Amino acid sequence: MDDTRRSFLKIAGLSMLGFGAKPVVDAVAGTGDPKFEKDSKAFNGKRWAMVVDQQKCLKAKEGCKDCVTACNSAHNIPEFNNPKDEIKWIWQTSFEHAFPGQENPYLDEYIKKSLKGLPFMVLCNHCDNPPCVRVCPVQATFRRPDGIVVMDYHRCIGCRFCMAACPYGARNLNWRDPRPFIKKENPEYPTRTRGVVEKCNFCSELLAVGKMPACVDACKDKALVFGDLEDPNSEVRELLRSRPTIQRKPQLGTRPQIYYIL
Amino acid sequence: MYNAGKIIIGIVIFLALITAPFWYNLGRPSAPPKLEIGTQEKQCVESKAFMQAKHMVLLDQWRDEVVRDGKRIYVNSTGKQFNMSLQNTCTKCHSSKTKFCDRCHTYLNVAPNCWDCHIAPKEQEKLAGRSDK
Repeated sequence: MDDTRRSFLKIAGLSMLGFGAKPVVDAVAGTGDPKFEKDSKAFNGKRWAMVVDQQKCLKAKEGCKDCVTACNSAHNIPEFNNPKDEIKWIWQTSFEHAFPGQENPYLDEYIKKSLKGLPFMVLCNHCDNPPCVRVCPVQATFRRPDGIVVMDYHRCIGCRFCMAACPYGARNLNWRDPRPFIKKENPEYPTRTRGVVEKCNFCSELLAVGKMPACVDACKDKALVFGDLEDPNSEVRELLRSRPTIQRKPQLGTRPQIYYIL
Repeated sequence: MYNAGKIIIGIVIFLALITAPFWYNLGRPSAPPKLEIGTQEKQCVESKAFMQAKHMVLLDQWRDEVVRDGKRIYVNSTGKQFNMSLQNTCTKCHSSKTKFCDRCHTYLNVAPNCWDCHIAPKEQEKLAGRSDK
C-alpha cells in the first residue's frame, strides 16, 4: 500500500466537508418541513380599536344586553350569580364608575343627576401602554403587534398582579372551577380553569378567521364600532375624526383604545 | 468487618425488598393499551410514528404559534393545511378522549392538563368524564 499521510489527510478533509455541507444542503433544498401560516381570510389590522357610540346604546331597547350575552356564549364565560366570583369580559357600569373625575365641580346639578347611573358598556381597553403586561411575571399577558392585549392562559399562574395593575377592572380570577357554571358550552372555544385570570381578547380568534368581534356583531343598534386605527378610511377613524370622544381614565397614561361618544 | 454475616444478610434482604416490584412483574409484560382512533381518515396531521413519539411536542408548538404569534394554519410536510386546534381539529377525528387519549396516558401514568380548559368531544356513552373529576 502506498497510502501516505498526505492521501489520508485528503480523504479525511473531504469527508469532514461532507458533514459540514449537510445542513447547508438541507436548508437550500427546502425539505418538507412544516410551516405555520395565517389564515388567508384573517383581518390584518395594524392597530385595532373600538368606538362605543353611547348615544345609540342609550337609545336601544330597555335592558339590552345583546353584546354581553353574545360575548358570554362565544367565550364560555361562567355565570356564578355572585359578584365575588363574577367573570366579565364586557359589562355594563354606571357613568360615575366608568369615568370618575371627569366632571368639573361647577357642573349643573341637573346634568350631574342625569349623568349619574347612566349605563355604559365597558370592556378591556387594550391599552397602548398596558400596565397588566408590565406587571405579569410570566408574560402570560402580552401585547400583540396589532395592539390587542391578550392572555396565554397556559402560562397564567394566577398571581393577580395584573388585576391589581389594571385600572379598569377588566380582569377577573377564576376562584372556582368555571365549568359547572357555563350555561351552554361553545365547543369551538376553550373554557378556563380554576386559578387563571381572564379578560376580553377583542375576539382575536374570530379576527383570525375574518369575522368581527362577537359583541360588535351582536349589537343591532350599531353602537359598537370596531376597526383599524392605522387605516385612514376605516369607520373608527371617521368617527374619531368627526365626533368628540372620551376615553376612560386617560390621566393614568395607559392610552386606552376604547373611545366613547357621549 | 465486624458482624459481616448479619450485614451481608441485611444487604441481601434489603436488595430483595427494593427489587421486589421488578421480580413481581417479571415474565408477565402488561399489554399496551388498544387505542380506538375513531375515524375513517387514513392519515393524521403527520406520520403515525411521528405522532406517537412527538404529538406533545407538536401540540406545544401549535399552542405557541396560535396564542403568541397568531398563526393558525399548519402546513404539514406534504403541504396539506390544518387548523391548529386541539378542540376543532384533533378531536374531529379522535372523537373519543376516553378510548384514545386516556387509555395511553393512564397506561403511562401521565396526566396532561389539556382538558382542564379544552373541551373534550362529546361521547356516546356517558362514560366520558373530565380528567379533573
